[in-house]
Amino acid sequence: MADLLSQFAFIFTSLDFYAAVFRLTTPILLVAMGSIFCERAGIMNIATEGFMLMGAMTAVVVTYYLGSPWLGALGAMLAAMVLSLLFAVFVVIIGTDHIVTAVALNVFSLGTTSLIFRQIFGAMSRTPDITGLPIWRLPLLGDLPVLGNILFNQSPLVYLAFLSVPIANFFMFRTKWGLNIRAVGETPRAADTVGLNVYRIRIYTILVSGLVAGLAGAFLSIGQTTIFQEGMTAGRGYIAYTAIVFGKWNPLGALVGAVIFGFADALQLRIQALGMGIPYQFALMIPYLFTVLAIVFAVGRVSWSAAYGQPYRRVERSVD
Amino acid sequence: MGEMLRLDNITKSFPGVLANDRISLDVREGEILALLGENGAGKTTLMNCLYGQLKPDAGQIYWRGRPMEIPDSHAAVSLGIGMVHQHFMLVPVLSVVENVSLGLASTRGLLLDLEYIETRLNTLSREFGLEVNPRAVIWRLPVGAQQRVEILKALYREIQLLILDEPTAVLTPGEVNDLFAVLRRLSARGVSVILITHKLEEVMAISDRVTVLRDGRVVETVKTSDTTPHELAHLMVGREVIFDVHKPPLKQGKIALEVQNIKAVGERGALALNNISFSLHEGEILGFAGVDGNGQQELEEVLCGLRRIREGQVFLHGQEVSHYKPDQLHQLGLAHIPSDRLDRAVAVKLTVEENMVASHISKPPYSRRGILNPKAIRQFVQHSISTFNIQTPSPRAAVATLSGGNQQRVVLASALGHQPRVLIAAQPTRGLDVGLTQQVYERLVQERSRGAAILLISTELQEIFRLSDRIAVMYRGELMGIAPVEKTNVNQIGMMMAGVRLEQQEDSLP
Repeated sequence: MADLLSQFAFIFTSLDFYAAVFRLTTPILLVAMGSIFCERAGIMNIATEGFMLMGAMTAVVVTYYLGSPWLGALGAMLAAMVLSLLFAVFVVIIGTDHIVTAVALNVFSLGTTSLIFRQIFGAMSRTPDITGLPIWRLPLLGDLPVLGNILFNQSPLVYLAFLSVPIANFFMFRTKWGLNIRAVGETPRAADTVGLNVYRIRIYTILVSGLVAGLAGAFLSIGQTTIFQEGMTAGRGYIAYTAIVFGKWNPLGALVGAVIFGFADALQLRIQALGMGIPYQFALMIPYLFTVLAIVFAVGRVSWSAAYGQPYRRVERSVD
Repeated sequence: MGEMLRLDNITKSFPGVLANDRISLDVREGEILALLGENGAGKTTLMNCLYGQLKPDAGQIYWRGRPMEIPDSHAAVSLGIGMVHQHFMLVPVLSVVENVSLGLASTRGLLLDLEYIETRLNTLSREFGLEVNPRAVIWRLPVGAQQRVEILKALYREIQLLILDEPTAVLTPGEVNDLFAVLRRLSARGVSVILITHKLEEVMAISDRVTVLRDGRVVETVKTSDTTPHELAHLMVGREVIFDVHKPPLKQGKIALEVQNIKAVGERGALALNNISFSLHEGEILGFAGVDGNGQQELEEVLCGLRRIREGQVFLHGQEVSHYKPDQLHQLGLAHIPSDRLDRAVAVKLTVEENMVASHISKPPYSRRGILNPKAIRQFVQHSISTFNIQTPSPRAAVATLSGGNQQRVVLASALGHQPRVLIAAQPTRGLDVGLTQQVYERLVQERSRGAAILLISTELQEIFRLSDRIAVMYRGELMGIAPVEKTNVNQIGMMMAGVRLEQQEDSLP
């Protein structure tokens, strides 16, 4: 017991651990900030899992052929956006169920990414020889004692993810578009009568979620590693959704949620690495356990708007 | 006065219904036109065509003499047409200014310009006597204030024609007067008003002209000063209207339902029923009046076992039933006509037969040991269909295929089928036409004569006055008082609806 405690103490006093928290929070946070707008516009979007996976695969392939991880990231964003367009067409225009459509797309993405990857690189375990995204040690800040290494010696996408929080917050609550998005999600009919285009706003916000989730996927495959693995997102899209719900659809709240999950993820990695006598399967469970707990504690205080997750139809039989 | 708007032969049909049949009407500058008609006459459909929410099948809209297409509401607003819907088109979680700003270009580009809007809004609200706090969040405002926000929203967009769909349904009599004062001010400034209503006294009180609709057609357009309520009623219904319900004298029996100091919490977690006590006797109708949203629905739910009581007790024939479940109450002879027909009273995809028998299904003769008895069910249903004159192609037809009136008949048949001892009738005539309303009234009075104790919840004051032996009024979850119908009047009830207790009123009498 004392041994276990000292091992935990070792984990929590290690600076690398906190650097890992930031790194592991990044993909979840990016996805959450990207999809919080379509969530606010009334779309229940758990298809980000599939968008991310598509991004992760595309990033490796494009980087391999074009030689630049930046182009790889761009390719990832575009590929994921195409997938999100498909999602938008289904849920907004055709009016299908958001969850069913998302699950179908996620399964589609899982199969397609594996298929394409194997077609290109074969079934062998040899990884394609590519360079991933660089690490940026920020001038001055990166030289700070302690904090410098934790915060400012990271992939540019880590900075972007954390910067995106105040940006999303400002956009959501201080701009015209943010207000429009909130109105469309809450009371689409009211938004429609004042001339807001409910369909267009919902489609645009879904495309943004695809674009950003693609980038988050690229971070997984060419930011942290230089490899694509089947199903490598491992539920991070769903976890990002949970972070949004946990944060009551506010960017700052979702940040808290994402950091909690990043923390859980870093913790399980350390526990595995240290071989603390805890079976690795249990360690692997930790982030998902956190997710379940977060939902249990958050959902009680969450109030969903009536329009959330519902397809919008403009013309209904009007009753006098 | 010049012509502002003209509708020429507007036709709109829905599957199986011709909602608007070649409707023509015109509105002049600064005029208040009443659009009178029963529920289902096609008033709202017509206005939705005008407001760009429905596309007419045929016909032409002329705006200031020019033919116009109005593809959506935005186009209507740009022309200068504003509409206050029966169900407000406001975003409840946003503030008043935010709601007003929706859909408008900001003076600060992409950034919000709420301060600017607030200043202009304050000017407008002073000018027209529409008092409202611009920073308040919509869902916290009382309905009367929400309606003022809707009107302000339209005025902010500099509309020249304001359509109001049944605006007084959610107002106290005092608030109705305030609204009418606002409408007069609008009309004095050349803004035209179309007032959709089915209430004759409103038409007489405020309008310059009336267009009467019946079954989707224009029956007549008359100057208000040239007509009488009696004539309008005749035009609206198409036959003589008997307004009186023959009600035999009260034979009050034992106490059937007693409520002591109950408290209950509403959807938003706030106290919706605060210390309510009353008793209901056999053979009487106790009417609960009040503006919608003052706790009536929660009272209905509490009495029928659908909402938990936090404090206090309920007794049914002397037996405490405070925490009984709906089916237990039903066993004790309590029946319920729910206010929300589609949500609570019928399952629209099931058949007429299934709906009618659903609440009796667990008892013999309809079932024994969990096995249904089709013969007994069929007999009951056949009997009910003829007693209540339900027009359905077959007992096996889905309730969704029936008209609203016939759906309500199914509800009545189910609730009254086994001679309940206590009946909770919530908004029993909502959405029904005059003829059917009359039938419902007669039926309720029959039940009363039989000795049933009836609790009537209604937002229609006339209905309350016609049927009730005693009238109770709820305001913000509290009981303002209970008065015998012969010792009270609309003024007194109206004061209670606005939150003045009965005893305070008597105190203030000279």
